Amino acid sequence: MTQTVIPGYEITTADKRFIGQHVVVAVLALAIGSFFGPVQAFEYAGVDLYPYLEPVFKSYYQGLTLHGVLNALIWTTFFITGFFTLTTIHGLKRPLLFPSLNRFGFWTMVVGLVLTASPILLDQATVLYTFYPPLEASWAFYAGLTLVVVGSWVEGWGFFLTWRAWRRDHPRRRTPLLAFGGLLTMAMWQIATLGVAVEILTMLLPWALGLIDGTDPGLARTYFWFTGHPLVYFWLLPAYVSWYSMLPKQAGGKLFSDSLARLSFWLFLLLSIPVGFHHQFVDPGVAAGWKWVHAGLTYAVFFPSMITAFTVIASLENGGRRRGGTGWLGWIPKLPWSDPSVSAQLLAGILFMFGGIGGLINASFSVNAVVHNTAWVSGHFHLTVATAVTLSFMGIAYWLVPYLTGNALWNRRLAVVQTWLWFVGMTIFSTAMHSVGLLGAPRRTKLGDAPYVPDEWSGHLLRVGIGGAILLVSAALFVFLIVRTAYSRRPVPARVEIPQAESVHDPQQTPAWLDRWVPWLVATVVLVLIAYGPQLWHQIVTMDLSSVGFQPW
Amino acid sequence: MNDGQLPAPEESMHIDPYERQWIRVSIVVLVAFGALVVLASVLFGFGLTGDHAGVDPATVTESGPFAEPGLREIEPGKYEAYIVAQTFAFIPSTLTVPVGAEVTFHVTSVDVQHGFILKDTNVNMQVVPGEVSILTTTFDQAGTYHYICSEYCGIGHHAMFGSLTVEEQP
Repeated sequence: MTQTVIPGYEITTADKRFIGQHVVVAVLALAIGSFFGPVQAFEYAGVDLYPYLEPVFKSYYQGLTLHGVLNALIWTTFFITGFFTLTTIHGLKRPLLFPSLNRFGFWTMVVGLVLTASPILLDQATVLYTFYPPLEASWAFYAGLTLVVVGSWVEGWGFFLTWRAWRRDHPRRRTPLLAFGGLLTMAMWQIATLGVAVEILTMLLPWALGLIDGTDPGLARTYFWFTGHPLVYFWLLPAYVSWYSMLPKQAGGKLFSDSLARLSFWLFLLLSIPVGFHHQFVDPGVAAGWKWVHAGLTYAVFFPSMITAFTVIASLENGGRRRGGTGWLGWIPKLPWSDPSVSAQLLAGILFMFGGIGGLINASFSVNAVVHNTAWVSGHFHLTVATAVTLSFMGIAYWLVPYLTGNALWNRRLAVVQTWLWFVGMTIFSTAMHSVGLLGAPRRTKLGDAPYVPDEWSGHLLRVGIGGAILLVSAALFVFLIVRTAYSRRPVPARVEIPQAESVHDPQQTPAWLDRWVPWLVATVVLVLIAYGPQLWHQIVTMDLSSVGFQPW
Repeated sequence: MNDGQLPAPEESMHIDPYERQWIRVSIVVLVAFGALVVLASVLFGFGLTGDHAGVDPATVTESGPFAEPGLREIEPGKYEAYIVAQTFAFIPSTLTVPVGAEVTFHVTSVDVQHGFILKDTNVNMQVVPGEVSILTTTFDQAGTYHYICSEYCGIGHHAMFGSLTVEEQP
């Protein structure tokens, strides 16, 4: 790898092990969850493997629940908290202030994971990862999810307290961008998860425990999507942290603009949350006026992603030109494509452009009616969380695991092949899902068994299966490479440093208002109150807990 | 560098000329797209379900319009369709209207959440117990239109659909 030594603080062996524990749980969740994705894709293509899995896994929908929970919630949350532990320590060049607090947070998440996974495996929580009531899961499912979220809060508190100690020592210094991105993401996450916390603690958990008879499904949806959309940015911003403050270094360049990077992070804090109604455009019980407001704000949150596209590409161009690239596009082939960490993140970024365009379509009020609740949405989701995020995390893992274990990546060339397989498989899979969704195919549905499937869908469904097969090979290869690297019998010592990009301009020149928390946090809370307050208040005062539970799986 | 020797920060943000152009382009594109969406919605009379109804899923089929779900002609060419969604069927599962009919769909659930996508139209609704999802569309072309459950509702979710037939006028 191309990193050079950055003088200063070295992460201790104990902290490396702690970060590594996050990665172990994350990769384990990815391995199990990613097995079920292709099994679903094969079902679309007419090859139903569930009868063979029957002794253990009872249905397509149980597999779908495992896929969603393990990949979208567990792989992401554990990888993110582990990665941010590293960016906080390395960015601030000091150890965690209260390491036992972070360890407590981590083990809380592990207990939560066990509590969540057990009822899913026993087919007592086949409610998919959105768990819309009145589908009623075992209480352990809700309690477990609560602990995963609370554990992630506690880890975030550990980062904030560490930053505060750093700030006391460096009152005039800009927070290093590497640490700042993680701190901001965790702050946004604290506010955003209030929705699902209220949903579970005031409604779903007491209901599953038999303390109340029913729920209000409409109100539950509003609580859920309060968290549900910023959840997307909780996944995405760690990838942005890598793209802004690590990838330029790996590509041999410098970050084009420290100020713009910070501004876009602040805008994500401000605008990630008050956009949730765009997931409820077709909901009864949510007034059209507030749907319009959230449609506009969703357009606004697209703006910092446009800035990100510019800054990241400009930084990469800087790297490509330093490496000898000339002409308009000549810098692109000069990028270090043979570094699997770089190829993973470049390919993730390319597919994310299409994911972004699709997201804008989803946000577009009237156009949304064509795609809402169709396979288009799952296709979109696999470009964003399953590629922009997941493939970037895989790229991070390709330097992180060697860094943590001291073993060189077992086979770099095979790792590059793995990233391309993901890119090709996801392109085929996602294009087919978008297409069949436009034709009206519902999402999260066992289409291979559905009586209403017309002939015009079958070509697309076949390509869903082909894409799934390629992705299965790629996912298996990733897990194999990571395990082989971490538990190598004859390890080759790794010479890996944590990549940390320098900025073209001295970050100290960045204006002070881009490094001040209070005004931005106040503005965020005010905007959330304006955008959510009236509709949420209306739904709370008209709350009707008359929907009793069902377990129709 | 010692913190005491840090240079003073700039007052305003440094923005590269190319960045400035890109920011302008981004804003223009987003505003233009947003304006187009608003314009199209107004011009084509695009509607969404939204008003709060407040029905009791346990008793909604005992009295009122959902006691006898089905199609009603309220005036020549104008219809109301009351549809009950339940695991794993729509009641009724078949409807027939003439070409040119304007149909207002009223859909509610008696158990879990469902979805209601009427293929090849803009009718797309979440069906939530306790609420009634309402949307109107006009059928200008003869043919069969499936209405498909688009929200996971249990083990038989993929079998849940109905058919609306639009017939040529005799």
